[in-house]
Amino acid sequence: MVQKSGTIDARRLGKRERREAMHAYVFMSPVIIGLLVFTLGPIIVSLFLSFSNYNLLNDPKWIGVDNYVKMYGERLFWQSLRVSAIYSIVSVPLGMTIALFLALLLNRTMRGIYTLRAIYYLPTVISGVGVAMLWRWIFNGQYGVINTLLRNVGVKGPNWLLDENYALIALIITSVWGVGGTMLIFLAGLQGIPVEINEAAEIDGAGKWGQFRYITLPMISHVTFFNLVLGIIGALQVFTDAYVITNGGPNNATLFIAVYLYRHAFQFLNFGYAAALAWVLFIIVMVLTLLVFRSSPLWVFYEQERQEK
Amino acid sequence: MMTAIARLFRTRTGQARLGSIATMVVLLIGAVFILIPFFWMISTSLKKAGDVYIAPPQWIPADPQWENYVTAVTRLNYGVHATNTAIIVVFVMIGTLFSSSFAAYGFSRLRAPGRDAIFMVLLGTMMLPGAVTLVPTYLMFNSIGWVNTFLPMIVPAFFGNAFFVFLTRQFYITIPKELEESAMMDGATVYQIWWYIMLPLSGPILATIAVFTFVATYNDFFTPLIYISDESKRTIAVALTYFQGSPRIGPQMHLLMAAVTMSIVPPILLFIAAQRYFVRGIVMTGIKG
Repeated sequence: MVQKSGTIDARRLGKRERREAMHAYVFMSPVIIGLLVFTLGPIIVSLFLSFSNYNLLNDPKWIGVDNYVKMYGERLFWQSLRVSAIYSIVSVPLGMTIALFLALLLNRTMRGIYTLRAIYYLPTVISGVGVAMLWRWIFNGQYGVINTLLRNVGVKGPNWLLDENYALIALIITSVWGVGGTMLIFLAGLQGIPVEINEAAEIDGAGKWGQFRYITLPMISHVTFFNLVLGIIGALQVFTDAYVITNGGPNNATLFIAVYLYRHAFQFLNFGYAAALAWVLFIIVMVLTLLVFRSSPLWVFYEQERQEK
Repeated sequence: MMTAIARLFRTRTGQARLGSIATMVVLLIGAVFILIPFFWMISTSLKKAGDVYIAPPQWIPADPQWENYVTAVTRLNYGVHATNTAIIVVFVMIGTLFSSSFAAYGFSRLRAPGRDAIFMVLLGTMMLPGAVTLVPTYLMFNSIGWVNTFLPMIVPAFFGNAFFVFLTRQFYITIPKELEESAMMDGATVYQIWWYIMLPLSGPILATIAVFTFVATYNDFFTPLIYISDESKRTIAVALTYFQGSPRIGPQMHLLMAAVTMSIVPPILLFIAAQRYFVRGIVMTGIKG
């Protein structure tokens, strides 16, 4: 750091740099080993497996693209794509809209606001099997709380989880119940907007809607982007709710890709076919993420750009 | 009275107050919707078996059956599953805290060729669907005899979690280097600096990671589902699903709800105790993400 280099000193510096690098690799070693053993290695192996037939009993057998051909002709594969697509297309925008709406309401100072924020965030902390089982009970057609409430206002509720037209809707409702995490990220974004901007706009005569449309939305667009990417990736991988609440049924109405994959891997022991499914899911997620990233210059507004202008 | 109300609608402060009241009402209605499922859960857990399946239901059980909880604990072997869960959670937390801060020190303080490239690859894996690595990872653990042990849940935690390494690195970058430089002058090694200087300064970020790791590991269902087959090794999350009885209607809904209620107590307590860490962690990701 303090070296004024002559040739000899420069060589010493090289030595010191080498030592620093060595220590750096030691510190990074857990991550490097983890990347190789638990991520990059398995990705490559799973690509190889997707071109093979393997069920634990005999050695993997290379069968070329047979798994992918079989998948193409499999009705349930297309059904699982359809279920995951409908779920993502509905639950991600719906969840984000509600989360943003709540964040706007919660972004103020008044008595009890911290308690309210905590209540809305609560479902995120306890998401899991217990809550999924609770939802099964809530959606029970005869005795569940939802249909009881509907009956009180004179509506006869459907038999949610046993009716193939309603089961997916029920799962979307449960996902909306858990928007607290997304809400909190929006809230953080809103709190990053300097108050002066809105004050100035108000003096210039901008209404509430105008402030929201032309100040708030652009100023939190990077947060919206973050939530959108995470939302898509999460929605395409839903497993626990679908497995515990409906187990893919009724009549495959909630057969998410992850549930379909789980069955092939761990119930039918079709490891090759499951790996092929995983790769298709991987490619779908990559393409969608890339599209969102590519579209971001059109609608995401970054701080640096603003300062440069 | 009328003029007071009229003033509310006409004046600026009046309108602002009306806005606040409307906001509060909407937020309270929403909060009720969030809380109803919990209320329903506790209510069911305290009912007699015969009172569960009646319509219209009793919202508040006339004669709360607290012994349902005792029955649920005994029937489900709750103690065994809670112990299994606790063992896994503790080791995963140790592994995650160690690997995050250790690796983050390298990524934030020491220079080496390829360091930033490795970091970018690490960040990229955050977007990777877990399914892609699932089958080979399972086969690997199976071939070394780790299936039906806790090791597939615990060991990966010691090799870094991309998101937490990222969070810790961002935190370390904000810490001034003066302390480390003077320790370096006194002849301390980088490992001593990490252990004696960086770790003691890492309280807030490690607490954040600890609460998120606890919640994620405690709630994890998929990993123990595929790796654990012995009943005596199941975690709470997996054990609950075997308790639900017939797929149509659980015949002992009151006991199941008692078990579910118990299962969500630890994360709720942690949330109440460490609320600010949850919020802080989210705020960091939200802003920096």
